[in-house]
Amino acid sequence: MNWISNFVRPKINSLFSRREVPENLWSKCDDCGTMLFHRELSENLNVCTSCGHHMALPPRERFAALFDGGIFTEIKVPRPLADPLHFRDQKKYPDRMRAAQKATNEAEAMLAAEGEMGGTPIVAAAQDFRFMGGSMGMYVGNAIIAAAERAVKLGRPLILFSAAGGARMQEGILSLMQMPRSTVAVEMLKEAGLPYIVVLTHPTTGGVTASYAMLGDVQIAEPNALICFAGPRVIEQTIREKLPEGFQRAEYLLDHGMLDRVTHRLELRDELITITRMLMNQPPAVRGTLPAPDPAALAEAAVTPVAADAAVAPDQGESRGGKAAPDARTPEKGKKDEAGAKPAKSAGSGK
Amino acid sequence: MHYLEFEKPLAEIEGKASELRAMAAANKEMDVSAEAAALDKKSADMLRDLYKDLSPWRKCLVARHPDRPHCKDYIEALFTEYTPLAGDRNFADDHAVMGGLARLDDRPVMVIGQEKGFDTKTRIERNFGMARPEGYRKAIRLMELADRFNIPVVTLVDTPGAYPGKGAEERGQSEAIARATQKCLQIGVPLVSVIIGEGGSGGAVAFATANRLAMLEHSVYSVISPEGCASILWKDAEKMREAAESLRLTAQDLRKLGVIDRIIDEPLGGAQRDRAAAIEAVGRTLSAMLKELDGKDRAGLIAHRRQKFLDMGSTGLAA
Repeated sequence: MNWISNFVRPKINSLFSRREVPENLWSKCDDCGTMLFHRELSENLNVCTSCGHHMALPPRERFAALFDGGIFTEIKVPRPLADPLHFRDQKKYPDRMRAAQKATNEAEAMLAAEGEMGGTPIVAAAQDFRFMGGSMGMYVGNAIIAAAERAVKLGRPLILFSAAGGARMQEGILSLMQMPRSTVAVEMLKEAGLPYIVVLTHPTTGGVTASYAMLGDVQIAEPNALICFAGPRVIEQTIREKLPEGFQRAEYLLDHGMLDRVTHRLELRDELITITRMLMNQPPAVRGTLPAPDPAALAEAAVTPVAADAAVAPDQGESRGGKAAPDARTPEKGKKDEAGAKPAKSAGSGK
Repeated sequence: MHYLEFEKPLAEIEGKASELRAMAAANKEMDVSAEAAALDKKSADMLRDLYKDLSPWRKCLVARHPDRPHCKDYIEALFTEYTPLAGDRNFADDHAVMGGLARLDDRPVMVIGQEKGFDTKTRIERNFGMARPEGYRKAIRLMELADRFNIPVVTLVDTPGAYPGKGAEERGQSEAIARATQKCLQIGVPLVSVIIGEGGSGGAVAFATANRLAMLEHSVYSVISPEGCASILWKDAEKMREAAESLRLTAQDLRKLGVIDRIIDEPLGGAQRDRAAAIEAVGRTLSAMLKELDGKDRAGLIAHRRQKFLDMGSTGLAA
């Protein structure tokens, strides 16, 4: 019993154990429990490679995959008053805030950015469920307003990815006031004749669903996302009966007419490009990188230039025209198309 | 008279006083006026003390007081020619939401409000003032109608919140609330609102996104009920007093935060002690708020509402 065994050895051990098994090397699927290799999972946009379960995708990673080449410019969000109510539950609100900032390395629960998606200029905003449950407080309201104002100024569509437990209780009534505030942002887009597309991700509940997340011109949800006003537990307590399987999940809402589409995350980008370009009255997107020149085809093309169009398979075609439905493409192919234009990390400029 | 938990000592004294008077009425020779007057004074003092500085939690209890005037009482007393209009034209008529054409000071208005009911039967019929999607969609329809015919909209808010039920979710509770809030922002006519009891979360926002919003002195307006907040943040629903304190849900705090425009004084001991006076005070405020908006054109009214909400949150409470 000396300081070596008590202090030094554990220190050394902990140092080594940390190096040997980095926390982020493997992650477990929330749904099926399969151990997934981190890089593979993140390349698959946090969709379980085994069961297809969609896990949370933080805004920065989502934007890296959404914007061409992973390049986007952050939109500056006006900082609201910190802790205007001096809220205190078991912890102080500023302490909770700092803990969330440290854990996520983000300023707040929403990231807004501008950039191009499939050559289409857009503004996007994404909510961060890791940050205090994505809860809607004044910052989130400000972010939506800033994104909408930017979209109006640039004449671009706004695509918003929602993920939140609801309003941020620590901001009390001021969080509730983000329901009308964010709706004002939606009104700005509407007035400017710009598309507002909402992608509801798991989970989107409470005051968030009851405001900007349900006011999109087009409402898309990721598979199996929980989308509701009152959560299943609250309802079960109120009506004292078991709720049906799949209640309040994306597919259930689709069935009940509350959504336009439920789309797999790996097909989402293509779909968003298709929809925004049509709503913006733009020509069909030029998709993917050019196929590697096939010597045989080249030689043939040199002889009969007219056949060039037919020689290119639609999947690798430089211009897909309006005919090919994006749904026909498998996620894997979609990935391949993007691969050429996807460097590893995002290039957000705001930080 | 229904006494709240914290009014129990008051109930005792008032009970004694009325007992004494009943005894005196039965027995002509007895003179109790001196004792009764003393008791009256004692109870009046106690009432003043109790209500002088009501804690936020007690305000919640007063706001939910069963004898407090409800939407229906205000409509009957303040408006003339009230003509209820029903239904959302889609699914049903939600009895938690009252609404229709009426006149306030002879001027046609569209009055819409949540009604909780006053006894078991009507409470069930009104679903305790918790609207379902069809209630919000009815409100949207009435607001649209008012907008088309240039009639101001008056809303009376009194709801624990939107109803958390299976059917309500299936029919799009969140979408209905979101659209109602959006409609509040879109109409080109004056929209004035009073929170007369409970302003429960999104269910209240859908009605209270107004040009002018007033609250009765002891009403509350909150993102979540104190019990709900306590069970989430304190993991103990019994901590509702602390939660009510932290949430800043009183009219007085909300006025400081710029969320509401006016506070309507209640009779001593709350609106339930002098219903007529409370109703009259609300009537005066409604007229005054509508008058303030006279002369504003459609675009001006919409712009005013938008700016009001965009600016909200720029002032916090003093430490």
